Amino acid sequence: MTAFKTLSLAMFKGFIRDKVTLFFTFLFPLMFLVIFGLILRDVGADKTRIAVVGDGPIVSALRESGALELESYSDENAAVQKVKDGDLPAALIIRGQQLDVRFAQSDQVKSATVLGIVNGFVDKANLAATGQPPRFTFASEKVEDASLKPIQYLTPGILSWGVAVSAVFGAALTLVSWRRKQVLRRIRLAPVSATSVLSSRLLVSAGVALVQGATFVGIAMLPLFGLKLSGSWWLAIPLLLLGTIAFFALGMLVGAFAKTEEAASAAANIVVLPMAFLSGTFFPVDQAPAWLQTVSKIFPLRHMNDGMLDVLVRGKGIEALLMPSAILVGFALVVGFIASRVFKWEE
Amino acid sequence: MTEERSAVVVRDVRKSYGELKAVDGVSFTVAEGEFFGILGPNGAGKTTTLEIIEGLRKPDSGEVRLLGESPWPRNVKLLPRIGVQLQASSFFEKLTAKEQLQTFGALYGVSKGTAADMLELVGLADKANEQENKLSGGQRQRLSIACALVHDPDIVFLDEPTAALDPQARRNLWDVLRAIQERGKTIVYTTHYIDEAEILCDRVAIMDEGRILALDTPAVLVRGLDAPTHVTLQKGVLSIVDASALDGVEEAHENEVSLTLSTRRPAPVLSALAERGALDGLQVRTATLEDVFLNLTGREYRA
Ligand SMILES: Nc1ncnc2c1ncn2[C@@H]1O[C@H](COP(=O)(O)OP(=O)(O)OP(=O)(O)O)[C@@H](O)[C@H]1O
Ligand SMILES: [Mg+2]
Repeated sequence: MTAFKTLSLAMFKGFIRDKVTLFFTFLFPLMFLVIFGLILRDVGADKTRIAVVGDGPIVSALRESGALELESYSDENAAVQKVKDGDLPAALIIRGQQLDVRFAQSDQVKSATVLGIVNGFVDKANLAATGQPPRFTFASEKVEDASLKPIQYLTPGILSWGVAVSAVFGAALTLVSWRRKQVLRRIRLAPVSATSVLSSRLLVSAGVALVQGATFVGIAMLPLFGLKLSGSWWLAIPLLLLGTIAFFALGMLVGAFAKTEEAASAAANIVVLPMAFLSGTFFPVDQAPAWLQTVSKIFPLRHMNDGMLDVLVRGKGIEALLMPSAILVGFALVVGFIASRVFKWEE
Repeated sequence: MTEERSAVVVRDVRKSYGELKAVDGVSFTVAEGEFFGILGPNGAGKTTTLEIIEGLRKPDSGEVRLLGESPWPRNVKLLPRIGVQLQASSFFEKLTAKEQLQTFGALYGVSKGTAADMLELVGLADKANEQENKLSGGQRQRLSIACALVHDPDIVFLDEPTAALDPQARRNLWDVLRAIQERGKTIVYTTHYIDEAEILCDRVAIMDEGRILALDTPAVLVRGLDAPTHVTLQKGVLSIVDASALDGVEEAHENEVSLTLSTRRPAPVLSALAERGALDGLQVRTATLEDVFLNLTGREYRA
């Protein structure tokens, strides 16, 4: 046991002393998180803006509801010009009891939204003016789903991807460099199994994955990005660990074939990058064409992503872990077995 | 010596890489506590032989017994009892000298303190916290040897431990190797350096092209050669004709700076030279393993 501890400590020291690895493990995925997080910050949160001329109870009600974003103009012509120029979809002009909506024919969807919302408020005000209680009531509640704010799907996606990259590269490069530097032959001459030595490296990868999780989520929760975690976020921890094991196994397979560190890097990239794109790291897969969604199901990263999304932001419970966990464990077993078959001690 | 007391027994071992016979019928035994050297030029098959004994390679044919057991396939029972320094040094990435030792020690269940103590033995205590890739070639070599010794093995295999060392470092390392032997360890080592093998080894196997050409103590090998002693004098102290006429001189050569006499009876030659007061620039060179190699292969020895 102390042997395992010493080995793990050695692996850990080797890891944190390698600046390049640190960069690709932490800063590189964080760069994506920050850049995409900033670029897409307002997408989805986007409300329709309209021009408003004049004021009154309906305008106040609209402003309070937050259903539309109101841009006040004092001059009617200027407001209408904005609509004509296509800058705004509609202008609301209030003259006492009279409300006029001037809308752009070119943006029918938005105009319809505006008309519907304004109409609703006018009807409500009319009804209230009659003093009658409403015969039908209607309540609405937001369901967080396909319409997640970008940071809500970016964080789980980039976290899964970051963990996958660091586990695949960690395993592949360790194996290749040990083989090239004859460390594997030395290990072979010691009364330990290669598996136990690799396990200590796996332990380091698992620790790294947890630190990645804490860092990425912590940064995404800054007010600037505004990630909101669901109550069952801690279910992401077992998922991070299982993902590490699965992708570590994949890295061992890459490391078994690659002869040089360069080849291992290239091969790992070829495996990980397309998988990342198709698994919803940078955009939600539900927005992709159906055939692509089907294809993406063959990637373990897709399932890890789904699981992460479910437990981190969609508020699903432990049952959401079943499918991703089963797939990750199965993947780790199959790929790990193949890797152990093609494993080579020396060049 | 009986085979039971032998640390290593190698019987007619062969190993080919395609057409190339890297090891071509090698047999020898190494007694417990012996310092055994394998001497030979590049490509002689030294590393291959050593790695077959260590159990890193499978021989095509022949038999190897290491401490009475077969090292192939990987024999975990044997591993704690042997220490190996590979020809290419093998270290973990980014670890300091001390951490390398502790990590290799951990593979054998050796405590951290014991591992760190090994640095003293090879004179690297002041480099304990230096990362391995910042050590000089010689220091790395010594660290590599320390890593082979960290678990206190009974047999130590060292593949060219003194390669790439300056003369001072080489001598320091000789002291280390002698100290290991004094602790009762068996040492099997390879080298290019004839003089070193002559000084260090109890017995030497001279190897070339996959075969052992001769195997014995250095003294016996040289004596068995019946090679002449060369006496060199400054040119001009004696004419070549007079020199050839001296009792015991077999041959005399002269070049721009010196006169060299070959003799198998150096005593009368030296006293005759002393009588004539012709001892200026005197050098006496007896036969060495180098001559043994030349004699065996017909080739100059080039390390
Ligand atoms: N893995 C291998 N594949 C093919 N040929 C090999 C292999 N290993 C060694 N050889 C060949 O076998 C021969 C003996 O090699 P070996 O390494 O045993 O020599 P050596 O005596 O240790 O030489 P050196 O002093 O240069 O270390 C060489 O000709 C070498 O090219
Ligand atoms: Mg060699």
